[in-house]
Amino acid sequence: MKFVQKQFDKIKPLFEKGGKFEKFHPIYEGNRTLFFAPKIVTGSKGVQVRDGIDLKRMMMTVIIAMVPCLLFGMWNVGHQYFLATGVEASLLDKVGIGAMKVVPIIAVSYIVGLTIEFAICVIRQHDVNEGFLVTGMLIPLVLPPTLPLWQVGLATAFAVIIGKEVFGGTGMNILNVALTARAFLYFAYPSQISGEIWTYLGDKVPVDGYSGATSLALAVEASNEGVQVVDKLAQTNTVIGGDFFSLSNMFFGFIPGSIGETSTLAALIGGAILIATGVGSWKIIVSVFGGAFLTGMLMNATAVNTYMELPPEYHMVIGGLAFGAVFMATDPVSAAPTERGTWIYGFMIGVLTIVIRVFNPAYPEGIMLAILFMNVFAPLIDYYVVQGNKKRRLARATV
Amino acid sequence: MSKIVKLKKGFDINLAGKAEKRIADSPQPETFAIKPPNFIGMARPKLLVAEGDNVKAGTPVLYNKMQEHVMYCAPVSGEVVEIKRGAKRKILEIKILADKEMEYEAFPAHNVSDLANLNRDQAQEIMLKGGVWPNILQRPYGIVANENDTPKAIFVSTFDTHPLAMDNAYALKGDDSNFQAGIDILKKFTNGKIHLNHDLNGEVSSVFGNVQNVQHNKFSGPHPVGNVGVQIHHLDPINKGEVAWTISPFGVAQIGKLFLTGKHDASKLVALAGSEVENPQHYKTYTGACINKMVDGNVKGDNVRYVSGNVLTGEKVESDGYLNYYDNMVTVIPEGDYEEAFGWILPTSKRLSFHRAFGLMSFMNGANKEYVLDTNQRGEKRAFVMTGAFEKVVPMDIYFDYLFKAILSEDFDNMEALGIYEVVEEDIALCEFIDVSKHDLQDILREGLNLIQTS
Repeated sequence: MKFVQKQFDKIKPLFEKGGKFEKFHPIYEGNRTLFFAPKIVTGSKGVQVRDGIDLKRMMMTVIIAMVPCLLFGMWNVGHQYFLATGVEASLLDKVGIGAMKVVPIIAVSYIVGLTIEFAICVIRQHDVNEGFLVTGMLIPLVLPPTLPLWQVGLATAFAVIIGKEVFGGTGMNILNVALTARAFLYFAYPSQISGEIWTYLGDKVPVDGYSGATSLALAVEASNEGVQVVDKLAQTNTVIGGDFFSLSNMFFGFIPGSIGETSTLAALIGGAILIATGVGSWKIIVSVFGGAFLTGMLMNATAVNTYMELPPEYHMVIGGLAFGAVFMATDPVSAAPTERGTWIYGFMIGVLTIVIRVFNPAYPEGIMLAILFMNVFAPLIDYYVVQGNKKRRLARATV
Repeated sequence: MSKIVKLKKGFDINLAGKAEKRIADSPQPETFAIKPPNFIGMARPKLLVAEGDNVKAGTPVLYNKMQEHVMYCAPVSGEVVEIKRGAKRKILEIKILADKEMEYEAFPAHNVSDLANLNRDQAQEIMLKGGVWPNILQRPYGIVANENDTPKAIFVSTFDTHPLAMDNAYALKGDDSNFQAGIDILKKFTNGKIHLNHDLNGEVSSVFGNVQNVQHNKFSGPHPVGNVGVQIHHLDPINKGEVAWTISPFGVAQIGKLFLTGKHDASKLVALAGSEVENPQHYKTYTGACINKMVDGNVKGDNVRYVSGNVLTGEKVESDGYLNYYDNMVTVIPEGDYEEAFGWILPTSKRLSFHRAFGLMSFMNGANKEYVLDTNQRGEKRAFVMTGAFEKVVPMDIYFDYLFKAILSEDFDNMEALGIYEVVEEDIALCEFIDVSKHDLQDILREGLNLIQTS
């Protein structure tokens, strides 16, 4: 490491005040601090020692929590590919195909996003914030594997600039940045982000009778046809093995969908990591699931169509509910930070997800819009929570 | 009527190098200093002495033009050898070369039975002139109390939960009558109560336990439970327009001594602690002591930081610097001016953290593990990320994220409504310690307090 340190020291004068590249100092600093925790010491007054945490470590914790989803997602892209084309394949083949599709998407997301971040740091002359480390991984995981790379790049650029930087950068954004990217694609390219896009087929033709539809789309279809959603799911893709959409398959994630969000299990492992490390709020995660489950039950009781009759446990495992609850809803910047606020915020995300799923056939997946909607409402929730605190204080005052 | 309050929120910082309970046999430092910047809000300090003047212990050397009856007195007798000034001729230090034989200004001495006959005005007169008034701090703002106020109550915390903090009962051993006299005097200033707050889990020593004329309360929990601000919040919170006074146990005893002996006695026990101290122990010296005699030859390594006070609220001083007025300890810790390869992600259990993010394993060490912490900031300054962690580490019903934001946007109404009157720097020092984004929150709070105070 001494060698690396020396190299950095060697080029340091170029980036210092008066140096040739002084404008690019944030980039130099951003790279150096990636290798070395900086030697900044505490000020002369105030705390003389600091907690071991910094934003980099916090963000890395989230990335580590995403690894199960990422690995499973890669494997599943390959798994779905071979299932659809009716070919037996080894674990390695599946991961190979998956990596071939997923790695470029991740690369594009990071390259585009970091380029913009660095450019803005240079323009504004501030340090590189680590927020995009997480966003850059979240964006690929909520996209379908077949998405053209230019769309990935465009969505990332939109999300970073319009979703975050115009508000002032990391910590200031109102909406979850990764979901902004997803929503951008959803509304900018509606025809290309729905339909049979969830399974990568390459130039192969799927086996006869194979449907690449997601469980959410099938549920809407079933509801329109008036058949039970569970039956519809059971009848789909019998050609490649019965019970394709069984509760357990959907829980484990052996189904088509966005790259990282098919597996409820992988998301829950990530959730366990976030909760154990205290980086994600368990209150939000629990209340999202709770809100969704209760709404599912309420719909059962008042059902007028078959989607409403879907047992609530199915709602837990279809679509991206688990992934959204664990990784998107817990984003501390766009969530409601007050304790009471987190409960309301999470619960409403759960409720809205199911309401949007069931009552709005135009948007099969509810979690994305539910979280974005509650992102907008989070400041309002906190406003009332904080207002309550102020009132308590005011009540005991005499002047 | 005594109250028991059990708190859960907080965080104990358990550092290596606790001062042992013995008093070092060491010569007194040659010089002592009064530092006007130690007195928050002292906008226009006026000198009463010049270089070369001789002073006695208790001779006024300084006052604040804005509060001109409060005298700041020399802690020892001797010669004023230097008046150190900074930018714009700001007075930084008034250094006194101490006499071998201490001489005291004579103030009226009283019998215990006489104390009851003094009225408030008489007592106040003696305290202002006798240099013990600056011991009394006022909430809100944490400034030296205004002598024209009548506080709604007076609060004394008998225990200190800061890292490596001194045991007040040990420091005031044998001062029982002085402490009681101090309380009796203070009682004349309020129509409310004097709250004496003890550690529920500790042994209450006789110095504090047998005190009359006070309400004894007990508190338990992790730091900052020993902070008087936290205690006030749970006993009788400060509202807009109200004034409460706080005073340290040392201050109470010093007031008592002034009345009983007629002397301005600035002798105090000072703890020398921290991982870099060879022999962490106590020293019997005076307010404003030069620390050189304590630390010379008693420190491991050469790249260390000397801190007057504790590591959460203290101030860096030189190895021949002076103890701050309100401090009773010197902490010596390693400087952290080094780069650490991949220090932002490598797992470690040596680095203390309130958080448990990836690789921060200190929570698995158990509560008895002693840490060696250096001054490395452990990361760079970043944008505020509202994680709700501040509310988990301070046991007060205050939304600190919102309070800091209100201060930064100079939103006076919200600062008030969000509870700025209830806190001073030490109460939010833990927020600054655990802050992921490494902001100087104590400075921010003081800015807000200044804004409100001068508005």
